[in-house]
Amino acid sequence: MSLLVSFLVVQFLAIIAIPFVPVTWKGIIAYMAIMLNALISGYYALQTLSGESFEFILNGSAISGLIRIKIDALSGWFMLIINFVFLTGGFYGLFYMKAYRDQKNNLSFSAIVFVLLNASLLSLCVIQNGFVFLIVWEIMALSAFFSVIFEHENYLTLKAGLNYLIQSHVSILFLMLGFIWVAIKTGSFDFVAITIFTSENQESIGLMLFLFFFVGFAIKAGFVPFHTWLPYAHPVAPAHISGIMSGVLIKIGIFGILRILTLIQVNYFVVGLIILGFSILSGLYGVMLAIMQHNLKKLLAYHSIENIGIIGIGIGIGSIGLGIGNNLVATLGFAGALLHTLNHALFKSLLFYTSGNIYQAAHTVQIEHFGGLIKKMPQTAFLFLISSLAISGIPPFNGFISEFIIYSGFYYWLPDAELGQLLVIIFSVLALVLIGGFAILCFTKAFGVVFLGSARHTFSHSIKEVSFLQLLPLYLITLLVVIIGLFPQFFLQMMNPTLILLVPNPLDSNLLIQDKMNSFIHPLTWSLWIFVLIVIFVYLLRKFVLKKHRIETAETWACGYVAPNSKQQYTASSFVRSYSKLFKPILSFIKREKDVQGIFPTSGMYETHIYDRIEKYLIDVPIKGYKSLLGRFVFLQNGKLQFYILYGIIFIIAVLCIPLFYELMISFLEFIKQI
Amino acid sequence: MLGFLLILIASAFFTGIIIRTKSIASGRKGPGIFQPIKDVVRLFRKGVVYSQTTSFIFQIAPTIYFSSVVMAMFVVPFGPSKGIVSFDGDFIFFAYILALGKFFNIISAMDTGSSFEGMGASREALYSLFVEPAFFILMGSLALITGHTSFQGMFASLHIGSYLSYALALIGTFVLMMIAMIENSRMPIDDPKTHLELTMVHEVMILDNSGFDLGLILSAGYIKFAVYGALVVNLFIGIFPLQYSIPMFFIIQAVLAIGVGLIESFMARFRMGHNAQFIFALTSVSLLIFFGALLILGKFA
Repeated sequence: MSLLVSFLVVQFLAIIAIPFVPVTWKGIIAYMAIMLNALISGYYALQTLSGESFEFILNGSAISGLIRIKIDALSGWFMLIINFVFLTGGFYGLFYMKAYRDQKNNLSFSAIVFVLLNASLLSLCVIQNGFVFLIVWEIMALSAFFSVIFEHENYLTLKAGLNYLIQSHVSILFLMLGFIWVAIKTGSFDFVAITIFTSENQESIGLMLFLFFFVGFAIKAGFVPFHTWLPYAHPVAPAHISGIMSGVLIKIGIFGILRILTLIQVNYFVVGLIILGFSILSGLYGVMLAIMQHNLKKLLAYHSIENIGIIGIGIGIGSIGLGIGNNLVATLGFAGALLHTLNHALFKSLLFYTSGNIYQAAHTVQIEHFGGLIKKMPQTAFLFLISSLAISGIPPFNGFISEFIIYSGFYYWLPDAELGQLLVIIFSVLALVLIGGFAILCFTKAFGVVFLGSARHTFSHSIKEVSFLQLLPLYLITLLVVIIGLFPQFFLQMMNPTLILLVPNPLDSNLLIQDKMNSFIHPLTWSLWIFVLIVIFVYLLRKFVLKKHRIETAETWACGYVAPNSKQQYTASSFVRSYSKLFKPILSFIKREKDVQGIFPTSGMYETHIYDRIEKYLIDVPIKGYKSLLGRFVFLQNGKLQFYILYGIIFIIAVLCIPLFYELMISFLEFIKQI
Repeated sequence: MLGFLLILIASAFFTGIIIRTKSIASGRKGPGIFQPIKDVVRLFRKGVVYSQTTSFIFQIAPTIYFSSVVMAMFVVPFGPSKGIVSFDGDFIFFAYILALGKFFNIISAMDTGSSFEGMGASREALYSLFVEPAFFILMGSLALITGHTSFQGMFASLHIGSYLSYALALIGTFVLMMIAMIENSRMPIDDPKTHLELTMVHEVMILDNSGFDLGLILSAGYIKFAVYGALVVNLFIGIFPLQYSIPMFFIIQAVLAIGVGLIESFMARFRMGHNAQFIFALTSVSLLIFFGALLILGKFA
């Protein structure tokens, strides 16, 4: 109990203090609050990972019923991720926000919502009461919205923020429908009611309920086709907010799906197939669009969709494993998903922070403007390289480990799969491989064009590396990326209680599964170590040999041409041109061009933008139709005061007439209840 | 360990045989089969020239590329005897470690700031993206037939019994050899002897490499060929005793090398624009193997 009180007191004090302290202290106070939150929650979270769980019961109101707070291994795993990302992101933010010191009020507000975001995300992991969950979910959505629109004087930022706000309320709508449905039928908002409700009813009802929750959480997580808010919101937010959003905010959707899977009693096989389907779509679609993006942050945002897809593939496999009763497959699927959740939180936040460094140095994130940044910002380039390798799932970094575990989930499913399931396996593997390949194409493009070659654009200001303190959290994340890549056993061990929670099985079979996992994770780790040693050996050999020889520098060989310039370099668009030609049927472009005409040539222009086809048909076209429908009633809004008074009078008369229709309304309500 | 040594020996003559075959086919005498190795040794003794545009990426990339190929070589078994490392799912590791090498190759080409090298890098990235699925489906099919998920487990228990499995092994050979050709930028996809930079893929990416680095890249290419050759050999040798399987290894490798040489001599390269589709079509050939595997296991019944 004292835990909760102290947790609330921390938020309260921070929120009260932030507006009154000088501008340099605002961020520090917020950061201190986050540190205290991390201390309180981390203390419990670490204990849950050794198998314990904590439960508190609060006296709620008449509406909510008793509020159960439970910290188990699943919450513990996510709380630790949230804490780590907030601690590093907050520290980075302290320096990133220095440039905005003159916007005093804006800074106070953003510091407050930052603390609220942290507190609400942590609370969402532990609350076991649907009603309170929804309220906290709303706090989370709103504070994320306000964090995103920090630069709200920019029209595009505000538009992206509103887009996010509306879509996250659609998400809340679905969650609300789910929770209220259960509450009406069972009379309780407690999460246990979901288990009771679904075990008492038919499977189809359980599936329906699951779909409500899934859609709600999928909007937050950014599964295709519910992803359309994500590529707008991420690029406009300040870098540390983008990193946190991509690192943990969308993961709370993943947490929700996992939590519901532990509660709901459904046909896990069907549920697994549904999740797998959406995830493969997300993974492929996300990365295919990411390749075409020329705004670095938007590119990263599409990669978040891709990685959510990979995590989802893991969850899908896990759920299918539960459905077919193969605990090894289930464990591998969930282990891959959980580890990839952590991994993605690490390398994606790192990528966003490095892109923040670039933005600070160059004031733009348009890929085509850069080139040769590695010479001006070597440390940022190095960090970006490590995280690009990790996100492409390349050994010896962490992304590879989680993808490897997901692959093994598929291959261990092979022996006892039937014909239809075999096809599912082979096409999922095909998708996963393609996702990996696309990611390599995308990140060789991003890294190659931004950091390598020579500068394509002359900036009017000098480009400098950011300060060491600002880079410090980035190095910390990189360290973890490398450690997970080279010592995955430790983290898999840590994850074990969470896995037991997700795959309930007897202890001895759990030990068997652990053995099985270790039987390939250990040699895999050894191989990675051997590889690192080979690299070091060859490198030293090369160094030793080269010592004796002449090393010269010269111009890049331009095949005989003697005056190459930086404009002749391959650009990002040309790098992916053959790809875009190949996938023309799937991608869609907006082209704008104006030819150079006349005897005295006027200026010409040509620009292309990639257009998200799903966004077009799911969001833009319906909204256009809706707007044209509402446009027909625009005569009502004619700006004449007399008419508005008339509307008021009509409304009042209508209200006064209600008793006349009372009987009718009652019978209508009865009719609805009968359905 | 045996596999490692054999591949090392095979890599010494594989490319040499290809070049020799090509020269004989075109009526020339041609260099000896160890000429490529001599070339590499000569390169190792030379100094290097770096472009002013390049950064440390350009300098470490050949090292990492070479190491990745060596690591891939460690994984490949020889019939029933394991590779230096062997575990469930090692073929995933095999593919991904090679991807690491490719990643560095691509970015090192971008590092030079040359438009030609960028062009090669773009093509390489696209082609290697499309070649992976074929490999994974092939391995998945083998895993399905044998019930094992490590190279060694699969190859050791791959019994060639029925006509159908002969057919599968042949298609498997075709797929693996095509993958080897694509990975090494050989004929139907890329012409290593072309004289026009605009139409090169791999060769244009390493235009700026010289000396030791170029030597590393070239020798990595030779090893890669022998590695894929060894995978093909593994499809056939199964449980033969060593006195038969070791000569078989060299015979099959030599036959493959001659085959590659003949293809290069008598076939024109594909149109650059259609390469990607062609490579992806390889995946459907792999799917054929997968369906063959389903037939063998009677899953269609």
